Amino acid sequence: MASIGKIARRTFLVGSVAIAGGVAFGYYAVKKPHKNPLLDDLANGEAAFNPWVKISSEGVTLITPHTDLGQGAYSMQAALIAEELDIEFGQFDVDPGPPAAAYYNTAIGPEIAPFRSTDESFQANAAREFFGAVGKLTGIQGTGGSSSVPDSFEKLRLAGAVARETLKKAAAEQTGVAIEDLKTANGAVILPDGSELKYTELAATAAEIKPVQNVTLRDPSQWRLVGKPMQRMDIVPKSTGTLTFGIDLEFENMHHATVKVNPRRGPMLSYDASAAEAMRGVKRVLPVTNGVAVIADNTWRAFKAAEAITCDWGPAPYPAEQEDHWNAVANSFTAEHLDNEWRHDGDADAALEAADSVVEAEYRAPYVAHQPLEPIGAVIMVTDARVDIWVGNQFPRFAQQQIADVTGHDVDDIHIYGQYVGGSFGHRLEFENVTLAAEIGNQMRGEIIKLTFSREEDFAQDFPRQITMSRGKGVVGNGKVDTFDLSIASVSASESQFGRIGLSSPGPDGQIAAGAWNMPYAIPNYRMTAYKTHELAPTSSWRSVGASTAGFFADSFLDELIHAAGADPVEERLRLMDHDVSRKVLEAAAEMSNWGSPLGPNRGRGVAFVESFGVPVAEVIEVTMTDAGIKIDKVFIAADVGKIVDPVNFDNQVKGGVVWGLGHAMNCEITYSDGMAQQSNYHAHEGMRLHQCPEIIVRGLENAEKIRGVGEPPVPPAAPALANAIFAATGKRIREMPFNKHIQFV
Amino acid sequence: MRLTVNRATYEVDVEDDMPLLWALRDELKIKGPKYGCGIAQCGACTVHLDGIAVRACSITTKQAEGREITTIEGLGTPDALHAVQEAWVEHQVVQCGYCQPGQIMSAASFLSMHPEPTDEQIDQAMSANLCRCGTYPRIREAVKAAAAKLQGA
Ligand code: FES
Ligand code: FES
Repeated sequence: MASIGKIARRTFLVGSVAIAGGVAFGYYAVKKPHKNPLLDDLANGEAAFNPWVKISSEGVTLITPHTDLGQGAYSMQAALIAEELDIEFGQFDVDPGPPAAAYYNTAIGPEIAPFRSTDESFQANAAREFFGAVGKLTGIQGTGGSSSVPDSFEKLRLAGAVARETLKKAAAEQTGVAIEDLKTANGAVILPDGSELKYTELAATAAEIKPVQNVTLRDPSQWRLVGKPMQRMDIVPKSTGTLTFGIDLEFENMHHATVKVNPRRGPMLSYDASAAEAMRGVKRVLPVTNGVAVIADNTWRAFKAAEAITCDWGPAPYPAEQEDHWNAVANSFTAEHLDNEWRHDGDADAALEAADSVVEAEYRAPYVAHQPLEPIGAVIMVTDARVDIWVGNQFPRFAQQQIADVTGHDVDDIHIYGQYVGGSFGHRLEFENVTLAAEIGNQMRGEIIKLTFSREEDFAQDFPRQITMSRGKGVVGNGKVDTFDLSIASVSASESQFGRIGLSSPGPDGQIAAGAWNMPYAIPNYRMTAYKTHELAPTSSWRSVGASTAGFFADSFLDELIHAAGADPVEERLRLMDHDVSRKVLEAAAEMSNWGSPLGPNRGRGVAFVESFGVPVAEVIEVTMTDAGIKIDKVFIAADVGKIVDPVNFDNQVKGGVVWGLGHAMNCEITYSDGMAQQSNYHAHEGMRLHQCPEIIVRGLENAEKIRGVGEPPVPPAAPALANAIFAATGKRIREMPFNKHIQFV
Repeated sequence: MRLTVNRATYEVDVEDDMPLLWALRDELKIKGPKYGCGIAQCGACTVHLDGIAVRACSITTKQAEGREITTIEGLGTPDALHAVQEAWVEHQVVQCGYCQPGQIMSAASFLSMHPEPTDEQIDQAMSANLCRCGTYPRIREAVKAAAAKLQGA
């Protein structure tokens, strides 16, 4: 079995290859459940019916392995288990659990299949099943790609149901009452006479019996929690300063560390720490990969000492100046850089050839940093026997491997304790805080150390979003869009990201085209071609990944064509749409915004529609051109995720996604000079401020067949909707992010 | 130096120029004030000095000596929420929550000076606090709700 796992791991990131070859995993390997990691250290009288529910006489613990980055993952996972387990918030604890194959993500695999999410053909579903099996065999535990809800939705309710039925069986054994006569509610089994046996009172008996496996899920009409407004369990702790983030952890005799690593990501040639070593509170200065670490008795003293170290940095392994990055992208619209022709309906060449006039446009999207508000770091203790590390990471099993590579421990001896994270947006998919902590801990075995990056260091070492450009050619006639031919050239963030941990991705990178090739439009001639630029500065997944840029290009260019055709932006999009669920989303946004009603002078309205991560999202934005610049007045947004687990959190996530998309489109970019990122803190990479925030009106639809996550999909349509609105208000077409290079905002 | 934090007094032995934030977090282990930027750009470190919101990363411990320092821990507790925190909970403002102690401290100080704020005043006052998660629409609602609560009290 191990060898199949290995093969699967190596092929995990294939894009479109491998399916035709028909790699077959034995039925057994795919069906066999992963081992329950909770069984490893159960105390006497403690029961774990499956990897998600642990009960002892002391209490009930629900295991919520998806990392909580602020998106409410812990509460969502707990609610799904609790729905079937008949237990209420406040009656259980949650714990992210140990990294384990049992927590492999069931939803990421199928999404790798290179088919439009609307494609329900036999081939598409067979491919999804194949990649789902790969996901299972590789045991990749991941939080990302808006997959936490789809991964958890059925699985965790089943886990809750199994636990409930097993507890009923235990109660039947303990009391002699027939199972059929038992009910459950409020964390207890209810006997026919109305008396209760708390789950905790049943733990010892339940620990002795085999979990019941034949369970059926409740009908949605019986749901108590799912679909109803909830109060996330972290709301009160986060509103009172009592929630402990990773950066807040405190241990006895803990040292405070920081790092200073080559901002050009090249080697460190030499360093002089003599001044730093003499500073108050400084305990050690240690070499780490491409830089140094300072260990002190206070974080600020470590920061100050790091500043006092002079380092001779080697050159960057990529072009030193930003202009050369742009040139490299601009020069890769060539056959040798062809990554994939993702779609070609009709005959774009013939249509362009035959046209009297061709609409052409070129777009750009820059590097952008993640920079969640909690800087990265970790608390670590390495001993000869084991490694203990407290850190929130979205790929905990990869993190284990990264640490093992540094310290030489067996992966099983690396214990990761997941922490609440102060935002990620893709930042915590990376490992530099984890590996640097491991390097420090390894040189100071037996000591406990908290590593904290300064904001400046975090900016310098962040792996930004892909840099990318797009060129569109199109033809319109008779008031209609006839030909849409879009090319995108981009570095591959996925290749860069997974390459850093030794995973290759031999196929084309679907993210380069995400949001652009899969538009649900029946345009007579529709071609979408992706070109891959070789790696420049290293990049990574940034909230909504490829669609954050490709969606901007595709929808903006479509909007240009619609205007060239003299058609109405909503009506023409609706006319072209060939997907019912998407149509209803766009219709909703149009209706919410009262599309077509007069707005008055200096005002404009723009619409955009992008589907990403299987979620169709439409946004209508209203802006006013004021003397001080563009003011974003209102955003109307509709999205269809199939089923909304918690409408309160859904609304918050959607609004946050809009703010994220707009803020970065307005004013953020990372540029390189002398091989270093020129932006070092929020003054130079600000995002949106409260006074710029529009009123955001949200509507969630539930027409789609499959349930989806909403962390990312609201982001991609924000930028094109804003650009389209600015065009409507001012006549100025903005084709480059950040927009403040071309127009002022209030 | 002698510091008064949340009505308790502490002796700290730190450099005069150590930012108050780090004396609070690493010396006194008061973790409510967060480190976000260190240069007065994000507001995550906001505390009150004699009732007025300040950026703890950008004032020195010396400057805070002998003054009344209040952190989020001193504003209210889970069992005895301050009106601003009550509003924050009712409106479920938080996402990652990392900026929120600072947001709440800014709002509390602002409302004590402007009990009947206009929308524009709210926008102005709260724009110094960055929220990367984008909770701004709910911050606005919660500030208004808190103002009403404080008026009623
Ligand atoms: S940490 Fe003080 S304002 Fe950002
Ligand atoms: S809630 Fe995450 S930064 Fe504000």
